[in-house]
Order: sequence, then C-alpha cells, then structure tokens
Amino acid sequence: MKGTIKLALAGSPNVGKSTIFNALTGGRAWVGNWPGVTVEKKVGVMKLNGYKVEVVDLPGIYSLTAYSIDELIARNFIIEERPDVVVVIVSAINLERSLYLAVSLLELGVNLIVALNMVDLAEREGYVVDVKKLEALLRVPVVPTIAIKGIGIDKLKNIIIQSISNPRRNPAIVDYGDPIEKAISRLCSFMKTHTPEVVHTYHPRWLAIKLLENDRDVVEKVKLLPKGDLLINMANEMRKELESVVGDLEVYMVNQRYAKILEIVDKVVRRVRVKGISVSELLDTVLLDKFLGLPITITSIYLMLYFAYNVSLPLVDLVDALFSSLADYTRLILQDKAPLLASLLADGIITGVGTVLVFTPMIAIFYILVAILEDVGYMARVVFVLDKVLHRFMLPGKAIVPLILGFACNVPAVLSARTIEDENDRKTVIMICPLSTCSARLPVYLIIASAIFGTYAALAITSMYVLSIIFALVIGFLFKSFIFKGPSIGFIMELPPYLMPQSRTVLIKTWERTKRFLTKAGTVILAAAILVWLLSITGPKGLIGPEALEDPALLKASWVGAIGRALQPIFTPMGWDWGATIALFFGFMAKEVVVSTMAMVYGAEETSLGRAILAHFSPLSAYAYMIFVLLYVPCVATMAVIRSEIGLKYAVLTIMYQMVLAYLASLAVMFIGMILGLG
Amino acid sequence: MTDPIKLSEAEVGKAYEVIKVEGPALIRRRIMDMGIIPGAKIKVLRLAPLLDPIEILVRGVPLSIRRAEAQYIIVRETS
Ligand SMILES: Nc1nc2c(ncn2[C@@H]2O[C@H](COP(=O)(O)OP(=O)(O)OP(=O)(O)O)[C@@H](O)[C@H]2O)c(=O)[nH]1
Ligand SMILES: [Mg+2]
Repeated sequence: MKGTIKLALAGSPNVGKSTIFNALTGGRAWVGNWPGVTVEKKVGVMKLNGYKVEVVDLPGIYSLTAYSIDELIARNFIIEERPDVVVVIVSAINLERSLYLAVSLLELGVNLIVALNMVDLAEREGYVVDVKKLEALLRVPVVPTIAIKGIGIDKLKNIIIQSISNPRRNPAIVDYGDPIEKAISRLCSFMKTHTPEVVHTYHPRWLAIKLLENDRDVVEKVKLLPKGDLLINMANEMRKELESVVGDLEVYMVNQRYAKILEIVDKVVRRVRVKGISVSELLDTVLLDKFLGLPITITSIYLMLYFAYNVSLPLVDLVDALFSSLADYTRLILQDKAPLLASLLADGIITGVGTVLVFTPMIAIFYILVAILEDVGYMARVVFVLDKVLHRFMLPGKAIVPLILGFACNVPAVLSARTIEDENDRKTVIMICPLSTCSARLPVYLIIASAIFGTYAALAITSMYVLSIIFALVIGFLFKSFIFKGPSIGFIMELPPYLMPQSRTVLIKTWERTKRFLTKAGTVILAAAILVWLLSITGPKGLIGPEALEDPALLKASWVGAIGRALQPIFTPMGWDWGATIALFFGFMAKEVVVSTMAMVYGAEETSLGRAILAHFSPLSAYAYMIFVLLYVPCVATMAVIRSEIGLKYAVLTIMYQMVLAYLASLAVMFIGMILGLG
Repeated sequence: MTDPIKLSEAEVGKAYEVIKVEGPALIRRRIMDMGIIPGAKIKVLRLAPLLDPIEILVRGVPLSIRRAEAQYIIVRETS
C-alpha cells in the first residue's frame, strides 16, 4: 500500500459528476438529469495501482463563489481540505460555462485533471472537441469520457495515477493584462515577505486575485491571519487605483476569464455537421407551450400518481393475500400450544407490519416513475412551468423540487432544500416540506377513500395532493411574510437536454428510496405494531388477553381503549370515535401506523378493514380525518432530519404549527360540510 | 443603435447583447458567473406558460431566469 490519496470530483451542476463517481468507485451516488441532484458530499473508495484513493463526489458549482449550502460544501472541501487531485468534469455540450469552473480551479492552483464528459451528446449536436488542443491550451491532462457508458474511465484512472506522482497545475491560466498583473505580483511578493502564514494556507496568486475582487469569504478568512489586515488594506488601495483604469474590477476579472475561455473554445470546437433543430428544442416547443405547458405538467403529475395506484393494485392484492394466509397459518399451528405468542405474531406483527408492507409495490412504482422523470430531464421543466406560482407565494423556484420529492418521502425532500441559496428561504421550505403528502400517507387515504367514497375514491385522494400543495404554498407565504421576512432570491437554472432514462440510474434510486420505506416498516412500524398489540391486550386492570382483539367491549377496557377515550373528546366535533383517535396517537411514529392501528383496534384484518371503517365514519368525518392525517405532524424520521438541518427550535415549531393547522382544517371541513348539509 | 432595455422587457425570439449587470452584489455575481457578462449574446427563447420565468439562450445553453433577476440585466437589441 502506497498510502491514501484524496481525490475530489468537481464540476458545474448536471455535467455527470455522480455518474463518473459511480463508474470510478462502483458506488451508488444518485444521478439525475437536473441541476442539484447531489446536495451532500459523498465519499467512495477506489483501489488504484497500490494507492487507496478516496473519491469525493461534490455538489455542482458554477464558480468558486459560494451562495448556497451545497455550494459551500463543495468550495470548502476544495479550498480547505486540499485534495491531492481534483478531477473537474466539463460538459462537452456546455463547454463555455463548465470551463469557467475549470479555469477557476486552475487559478486556485490545484492539481487538476479535466474529464471532458458527454462527448456523445456533442456529436449528436454535430460537433467535436479537439482534446489534444484543449490539453495544450489548459496545460493539464484532458480525458474524453462518456460516463453513462463507462467510456474513458480506464484512461481517466491511468491519468489519475500519473498525476499523483506528477502533479499538474497552471495557476496563471488567465492573463489579466498589464496593470492588474503588476498588482497581483506586488501582492504576491508582499505575502511572501510579510505574511508567510497566508501563503501557507492559500495559493498566493489566487489569494491576490480574490482580494482584488473583494471576495467576501476570503477577506473574512484573511482578516483572522497574522498581519492579514495589512494585506487587505493594500489590496483595497490597489483596487481603487485599478478601477479608475478598467472600471468595476470584479466585472473586469470575470470578463477576462470568459474572454480566455472563448478563445479556447474557438480553437477546440469543430463543427462536423450544420446545426439542425435538436430533439430537445422540438420537445420543448410542445412541452413548454404557452397553452399546453401547464396542463401537460399537471396531467403528468396526476398520471404518475394514477399509474402508481392502478398498475400496482393487483400486486397489492397479492401481497395482501400473502400476509393474510401467513397470519392464518401462524394461528393454525400456534393457537393451541401458545395462544399469546400466536396472537403476538398473527394479530400484532404480521397484521401490523403487513398492513403497511402491502403498499410496497405501489410505492416502488411511484418511485420508478419519479426517477424516470428526473432522468429524462422533465423535472427541470416542471420547475420552469410552475415557478411563477411559487414566486407569487414568495417562495424560491427551487422549492418545487422538495415539494415534489416530498410526495415520495419527506426525508430526502428536506435534504434537497439545501440547494436553496437564501437561509430564510431554506428554513421556510424545510418547514413546509412535511405538508407535502408523502407516500406513507397514501395507505391511509387509500383505505379510507376506497371504503367510503367508492367510485369517487380517486378524486378524494387527488384532492389530498392538491390540498397538500395549497397548504404548503399558503403556509410558506405566511412564514415568509411574518417570520422569515425578506425577498426570495430567484434562481437561474439550466434546462438540461432530454436524455433517455438509464435503467441502472432509475433502479438504484428506486431501490434506495424503497429501502428507506422497508427499513421503516422493519423498525419503527414493527415496534409500533408490537406496542399497540401490547397495549391492546393489557389494561389498567392488568392482562386482558388476546380475546380483546376480537371483542370490542374488552378492547375498550385496555390501555388502548383508555388512551383513546381520554383523547377522544378533543375530536368530538369531527365525530371520530376512540379507535380513530388512538390510531392518530400512534401515527406520530409514522403515518402508515394509522392504518395498522386501525386494523388492530377495529379487530379487522386488511381485507375487511374497509367494512369496519364504513361502520365507524360518515363520509364527512372520514374526509376530515384524511385532512387531519395529511397535516398533523411530520413522522419521527422527518422530525429528526428537520432538527439536524435547521435546529431543534424549528423542528418543534413545525410540529406545533402542523397540529394547530390540522385541527383547524379538519374542523373547517366538518363545519363547511354541515352547512352544505353533507353531515 | 437601439436603446438599452432591461432583459425582463425583452421580446421573445429576438437577440440581444448584454451591456451591464446591476443588482445586489450576490445576485450580480451569480448572474456573471453563469456567463452573463457585458458583451455576452442572449436570445430570448420563450416565456413560461404563466409568463414568468423566461427562457433565454446564453453560451449555447438554455437557462431559466425570473423576471425579478432579469431586470438587473441591461441589454441592447442586435440584429
Ligand atoms: N448521454 C450522456 N449522458 C450522461 C453522460 N454522463 C452523465 N449523463 C447523464 O447526465 C445526467 C446528469 O448526471 P449526474 O451524474 O447526476 O450529474 P451531476 O454532475 O452529479 O449533477 P448534480 O449532482 O446535480 O450536480 C444524468 O441523467 C446522466 O445519466 C454522458 O457521458 N453521456
Ligand atoms: Mg451529482
């Protein structure tokens, strides 16, 4: 073993960093065709020629100026942790913009390799990039790749090995012209003689440039170093002088960098075919059409849910039948020998966990569809079409992504809010995330809606999704107006080209998302099922026995009955009995538990739960109940992630506002229903 | 030569050249990092169905930008 090497993968959003990461490490980082898929750095290990190479996949950044948390993660990693090798991924179909970061990294003085990715798409567009020439102009190695096909990866590995022993840097890639270059070298020599500590931490030329540009973050950091003030003052004076010659210095520097890039691009890009109209442009004229755009977006979201519901139905029934017979079989063999154990297994665990697991096919299918939409590139279009709506509610455009992701699970949704630049915006979005109706709530709607609303079930369920979005927007608006004041910073987003979805990508994401759901079933829900069972067969007066699960009168005397009846008065206006109340109580752990608790409390198995529900709810009280479940609290996992993202205070605030909101909303449903004579 | 206008007032289908980028420091820097700097060419491709944001072509790649930010970009029509 020759030791450990730290390697960072950097690049603009959506250039294929995660795809390359997966190809290098055999890892499973998430890939998706819209900017901002990776929000956390992800580490993988690759064995290379006796080295242990730690590969770090970073969130996409356009430059080394950081605005949002995910960008800060990337910038800080490269600047502070000083990886031995940086591979910057440049997109052949977005050469100018992605080279900007490459140039910024060169200026930083890192040991750089350029991976020129997506060369297949460039060819599709009718041009080729001259790799040899690009290499000569940048003076660092350039490797052409087609990451999704694994092409160029071996070559990239070879170049990585070479650059470990033979680092390649080129900090003076951009020539800023006479007066500025003079200022830079004066600052550099000042650093060397007067503030050696500074040079120790940063590359002198880069630091000089950043100080001249007045980079907020760098200035803050230099201030803390010995004699840093001196340096800053000197740079400030120089800036004043220079600005009288070249105008705004920041603009000038960015301009020079882009001028250099244009010069390079001009020399390396060769058109082999005249530019025709591309598939992406064609699709966009239809999908983003003035009149069709909005209906298409809404229809596609609706169809996704509709599909997941209908296609999975036979599978759901199948899994359901499996669990029923498993429960019956368990009873059959254990009933006489160990009645208590038989009841624990059959009534508690199998019924409880089974009630939730039957929805696995539906959830997996929804995830597959979401993953396909992400990979095709349509998700970015959804953001484009719906952005105005968010803007109206003072929310950032990027909020749409967490909200849609939230339809599957709130936990990744909360994490994906990291791409939001403004801190107040991010807090707002995170706090409304749990209002996005996750798949865990779907079982509750499904069971109740199909039991009560018959042919209108789909409509009732769809209305939950619509209400979920409306509540999220309105609450977000209230938060922005009263707590997290300030304008919402919009964003500039690239619209990626449409691509064929990759089955590997889709399956990895689907599996990992589904796994999260299964893990929850195996842990939180399993524990909840056992707890509910335990509290059902015991009571204030001691053991009641499994008979309680068959006899409502006995059950009423159990702990479950006691808690349910104690809380029930709160919900008298909604007409929910103690069984419905206790289900909500246990739903704190995870919303699926509402269903499994009901199944147990109403002494029913999955198949006949519908009939039990029909007996315990009126259509109006059932609808109010669905609304309450939609709104009332984030699940334990979501609470935990909110807390780790923005702190305990906000997690508590989220729980409280949601409870109040849920209560008021379901009360309002009852009230309006009564007035309309639906009671 | 035509008069400078804000990008938010630009017309669909027309081509423009950036003259100046204004606005708060952070937004301005962000816009410039995306390659929208004086001299850059911009084509307005389309408006979103709800009229905001707008889709523009800069440096060969389509971008979506809100009118609120587009107003900081001062452009001039080119032929
Ligand atoms: N045709 C083609 N598609 C590619 C190539 N490399 C990546 N892709 C696709 O490009 C999209 C973006 O890839 P990612 O690996 O998620 O990009 P990323 O740079 O990690 O993106 P962020 O994490 O959002 O910054 C995915 O849909 C990939 O399947 C390639 O060489 N050719
Ligand atoms: Mg990524």
